[in-house]
Amino acid sequence: MKVALIGLGSVGRGVAEMITKKNLGLTITGIADSKSGVIDPAGINVANVLATKKSTGLCGSTDIQALDVIERADYDALIEVSPTNALTGEPATGYIRTALSRKKHVVTSNKGPVALQYQELEHLARENGVAFRYEATVAGAIPIMHTLEQGLAGNEILAIYGVLNGTCNFILSRMADEGLTYEQALLEAREMGYAEADPTYDVQGIDAAIKLVILVNTIWGKKIQLSDIDRTGIDLLTADALRLAEEEGSTIRLIAEANPKKNLFRVSPRIIEKTHPLVVEGTLNALTLETDMAKEITLIGRGAGSIETASAIIGDLLFIKDRYVQRA
Amino acid sequence: MKLEMNDSPGQLVAALKPISDVGGNIIAVIHQREPGPDNGILNVQIVLELPEDKRETLINILKAQGIRIQRIGEERLLYKRTVIMIGHLMHTDLSDTVGQIDSTGFAEISELSMSMPAINERSSSRITIKATSKQDMESALAILRRVSRQKSLLLIEPMGDCT
Repeated sequence: MKVALIGLGSVGRGVAEMITKKNLGLTITGIADSKSGVIDPAGINVANVLATKKSTGLCGSTDIQALDVIERADYDALIEVSPTNALTGEPATGYIRTALSRKKHVVTSNKGPVALQYQELEHLARENGVAFRYEATVAGAIPIMHTLEQGLAGNEILAIYGVLNGTCNFILSRMADEGLTYEQALLEAREMGYAEADPTYDVQGIDAAIKLVILVNTIWGKKIQLSDIDRTGIDLLTADALRLAEEEGSTIRLIAEANPKKNLFRVSPRIIEKTHPLVVEGTLNALTLETDMAKEITLIGRGAGSIETASAIIGDLLFIKDRYVQRA
Repeated sequence: MKLEMNDSPGQLVAALKPISDVGGNIIAVIHQREPGPDNGILNVQIVLELPEDKRETLINILKAQGIRIQRIGEERLLYKRTVIMIGHLMHTDLSDTVGQIDSTGFAEISELSMSMPAINERSSSRITIKATSKQDMESALAILRRVSRQKSLLLIEPMGDCT
């Protein structure tokens, strides 16, 4: 199956490397970053492109832009992993729309388009008889969408609870384990590369809330937005609060929770028993699905990382290859 | 509630059925055979939830069935939940915050642990609420949510159901 790759940041690199390294039956025929692009219908030499990108900052010619790759390259599936814009979803949404309209499958790790335009993009994909998949948008490597669609097919999903932001979980783990203040733990998260210079998006629960929007809209076919999530961050937590929870055998974690029957869509710090399956350490993510037949299922795994996210994207690509394109 | 009844078929059911008939909710049935001579008497302990005004009705029905009530212990507030509140708890009138729950009649603050760092810094407190039913607990939590919003306090709620 031929694929085109838009975005060559940490996730894009991970995907390109894994496709090259593993014999998955995938050929990359187009690559674009934010300023340049390369097209080769016979298959791109990925190692060369990554080396060029490293030395020049560009992956190809500035005469070829991302949209040129999407419109002109010969591919079956587009891998859209350009940087997320949570407010507008652009330019990724436009890229995805263009590819779907060309009857090309799309796989993305980009939360913006899925959180903002899921209904429209899903409809467009169906109209064109192609797949639109976004496993990598929620909980990194955890195969949550595959679990929901295949493994739990036929189940009614009653509620979901989860730890969907690794940065917050790291900070809270450190506050609980070492008695650090929020400020100290945040500093440590920055030093480890887990937190951005501006941590607002993570610590105020925005990232977790966007992932919850994606889950709610895709599981229950709703049309909720970020503003519909009742959201409280972790930035006002005190070391004393963690200690008070600890005295009762509990701790505090940022939990995203959705229960449509109770009209409950919330991201907030919660007191949680230390033996609860959602109490995971460090940057891990965890997600509990409450269903009618299977009852509770909890998935735990890495929520971020270049290769970890590539795992989710490749899972989607191989699903498409198997179901729509050709068997290896 | 501790009951004494004849150890014959159907007796236990005869004791349990009236509880649901009057609108009660059976939480646990502990049925222990004491070692020693079998005197044909069965001792049963039942933990149940019952509307206050149905208490006499139930006692009368059980007596009519020939069941002896040895003891009725009462714990009015059955459900317990713990929350944490962070903020300027003293400056925003802690006794009013507590009073808003205690004055409901269906819930009360049974425990409060507090840390108070330097003056003008936010304090943290762990508050245990007891309530008569799950529904009342939800109402009590709703009051705390409202008060927290009004007083700009951070309320951290527990996961899961009440115990």
